[in-house]
Amino acid sequence: MATTAPAVPDVKDNRAKLFERAMSRHGYAADALIEVLHTAQELFGFLSMERLREVARKLKLPPSRVLGVATFYNFFSLRPKAEHTALVCTGTACYVAGSRGLLDAAQHRCQQAIARGQPEKLGVQQARCIGSCGLAPVVVLDGRILPKVSVGALEQTLDEVGA
Amino acid sequence: MNPDDLSERADAERGRTGKFQERLHVCTAASCQAIGSDGLKAGMVARAKGARSAVEVVGTGCMGLCSKGPLVRRESDGALFLEVTGDDAPALIDGTSSPTLEGRRVSVDTHPFFAGQLRIVLENAGRVDPERIDSYIAAGGYGALAKALTQMSPAEVVAEVTTAGLRGRGGAGYPTGVKWQLVGKQQSDTKYVVCNADEGDPGAFMDRSVLEGDPHRVLEGMAIAAYAVGATLGYIYVRGEYGLAITRLQAAIKQAEKEGLLGTRVLDTSFHFSVQIRIGAGAFVCGEETALIASIEGKRGEPRPRPPYPPEKGLWGKPTLINNVETFANVAPIVTRGGAWFAGIGTEKSKGTKVFAVAGKTALTGLIEVPMGTPVRRIVEMAGGVAGGGKVKAIQTGGPSGGCVPERLLDVPVDYESLVAVGSMMGSGGMIVMDEATSMVDVARYFMEFCRDESCGKCVPCRAGTVQMHLLLEKFCAGEATEADLALLRSLADLLRNTSLCGLGQSAPNPVMTALRYFPHEFAARMKKEPS
Repeated sequence: MATTAPAVPDVKDNRAKLFERAMSRHGYAADALIEVLHTAQELFGFLSMERLREVARKLKLPPSRVLGVATFYNFFSLRPKAEHTALVCTGTACYVAGSRGLLDAAQHRCQQAIARGQPEKLGVQQARCIGSCGLAPVVVLDGRILPKVSVGALEQTLDEVGA
Repeated sequence: MNPDDLSERADAERGRTGKFQERLHVCTAASCQAIGSDGLKAGMVARAKGARSAVEVVGTGCMGLCSKGPLVRRESDGALFLEVTGDDAPALIDGTSSPTLEGRRVSVDTHPFFAGQLRIVLENAGRVDPERIDSYIAAGGYGALAKALTQMSPAEVVAEVTTAGLRGRGGAGYPTGVKWQLVGKQQSDTKYVVCNADEGDPGAFMDRSVLEGDPHRVLEGMAIAAYAVGATLGYIYVRGEYGLAITRLQAAIKQAEKEGLLGTRVLDTSFHFSVQIRIGAGAFVCGEETALIASIEGKRGEPRPRPPYPPEKGLWGKPTLINNVETFANVAPIVTRGGAWFAGIGTEKSKGTKVFAVAGKTALTGLIEVPMGTPVRRIVEMAGGVAGGGKVKAIQTGGPSGGCVPERLLDVPVDYESLVAVGSMMGSGGMIVMDEATSMVDVARYFMEFCRDESCGKCVPCRAGTVQMHLLLEKFCAGEATEADLALLRSLADLLRNTSLCGLGQSAPNPVMTALRYFPHEFAARMKKEPS
């Protein structure tokens, strides 16, 4: 990555404007890097290499530093999101309540989708603990919490949303 | 707003609420929200509009009994209704009898889950509306800040916290008063106050509940701390996973700024203090204070060697006070009621109360706040013991940095020293109860996998050591481990403890070592059978 990379030519896109405004609100300060990456991911769904280069240029940071931060934190994704995302909580309470089985089931389905040639169908992620231990085990499907979920119930819900 | 306006506002709010004959509190914390409390509340509000008697429906923070949500509390008689659905709304609002609802009614005064609790940190949880600053003010909120700013010198505030004997609730238990004094005596034009809300231990959700249910309490604690140490800018570093807590905090900061309780000239005095939120991005190591500082500065969350400690050189090299959410939540009551009152609660070395998030195989899951010194067994009993009448095998405190306590040692009192003596630690307050069906070898592997994934990679002992220890534990799980593997596991544990850079690596062997100490037969049973 070179700091002289050309500007990302998506100025007509409204999101780009919003993104610019977010950076400007932080005064293009280097210490706002994580906040800026949060905003970028929120707006664009993931952090593309072009986006990271843009951030590096605007915040006057070495691209290595931006990539280093983006890859350090679990929250940031450098790949586009799948159509559906199943976030399996693997915190201790969920673990003792059987989250491993849920994770296996979700990953199995993900593999099946890949085998069918639809790798963009379902993304499976793990959460370290979403703090809803009273509802363990928990899966968050597309932002919706499935409380006290069994493997069967998870399979059924995945069927329902077509994942 | 000046201190007189504050009491006027409190009177006005109390006058407003006094017009209602009944008040129903609906839990709107993340857990209850996930199972429909928002819709329930909306239905109840609609129903209350047409009701004959004046009933107010209030959304509040976590009431504690998370596994039985959504929860509704009736103020007049302290009745708590469990697993409430939209169908229950008419009976609740109109006060008509409903046999199905009666069957789900418990009393917060007598139910074992609540009866043994002493609530200081959680005193407002389930009582005030976290989205309305007036609700907090009516409960005496910001009174402690007013008292500190108008009647006490910064040194007197520090002295009060020292008298209280408050110790850090993040887990390590460093005396809070001493830390405040250290920051206070630094000569610097800029100082910072940081609230560590990066609650990373899996199975711990105390801080989330406090932030969601009583955000102003944390802000007030931070403001008092800032006054005491001479800081003007504060940061709250919140886990990215806690969306609702972030939203509530943002709203609370805006309200407090609007009312002149944060910002410039707080309560019409010469004290300035503003607070910014920094959202974490999913890195457990950022709970470590120097890693947290790096993350606020927009860098990779990697720890650095200490000393210098943050009170001398913290955020951007300036003196920085870092305390945990629960620590800050204890500050206002200490200032209001005095350090001596607080010091009268708990044990000789551990004062006050501790909030535990009890989860795992218990009949009930939720938050339990007890005086320091309460036996662990008592807490497990309050949570109804093991679901289905099973037997407790062990409890785990301190998350991936802590250890397990076997059933026979459950009479150990919860205080910093006693838990360390049995090989565990206080930790931030997660308490996972495990029954006879739980394999301790599996749990040890689970925590090592956690530490392996969360190691930041800066120092070799932690980066490579957690990988190797995890591989060895995998061998145990597969029944292929030998005596030599066991010896290697122990020696690696020793290496990590003594040579890792930060607390993550130093404490990573704890779950394994306590499991080995108390359940050696489980490891032996999973070893390779020698050919006979």
